[in-house]
Amino acid sequence: MTDARQAIESEIKSNDVVLFMKGTPQFPMCGFSGQVVQILGYLGVPYKGVNVLDDESIRQGIKEYSSWPTIPQLYVKGEFVGGCDITREMFQAGELQQLFVDNGIAVKQTA
Amino acid sequence: MTLSDWITQMLQQSLQPTRLDVIDESEQHRGHGGFREGVQTHIRIHIVSDAFTGKSRLQRHRLVNETLAGAFDRGLHALAIDAKGPGE
Repeated sequence: MTDARQAIESEIKSNDVVLFMKGTPQFPMCGFSGQVVQILGYLGVPYKGVNVLDDESIRQGIKEYSSWPTIPQLYVKGEFVGGCDITREMFQAGELQQLFVDNGIAVKQTA
Repeated sequence: MTLSDWITQMLQQSLQPTRLDVIDESEQHRGHGGFREGVQTHIRIHIVSDAFTGKSRLQRHRLVNETLAGAFDRGLHALAIDAKGPGE
């Protein structure tokens, strides 16, 4: 197993919610990453942001890890959820909120 | 052939869509890291196909990604996908 793969597995095993993204939750460097940051922020879900721009081996490794060609990538309890489009569609349908609740992750109550 | 033409052709052949829009949005990303002058880097797809019926969002996106795997070697940086079955 490569170092990158080990590092990725370590992140998604030790954090309930992990977002592999470009930039940081405070300063997203890409509009697609920024959309997912906004959604997670709106739901008040704690998560770990991993900036793939900091490490080229993670940037490539995460694409191979889930056979998914683009970033961002959202993981919940070790499971790959999707990228920006899927996360947004699930949020709009209320399915993302349900996914968090089903996994025992508190979601901010919204009106 | 432009990248969007190639994408259109690949999707037509593989997924026989009943509706397909392939939109080049590269210009909207001017100034952003993925932008490259004169290259189609950002593409949005709206596709309706029987191939998606009964499939999850992840499975639908994977089907499109696999069909277009070569696009990232042709300069593509970002692919936005809206994939639906007929009547959805």
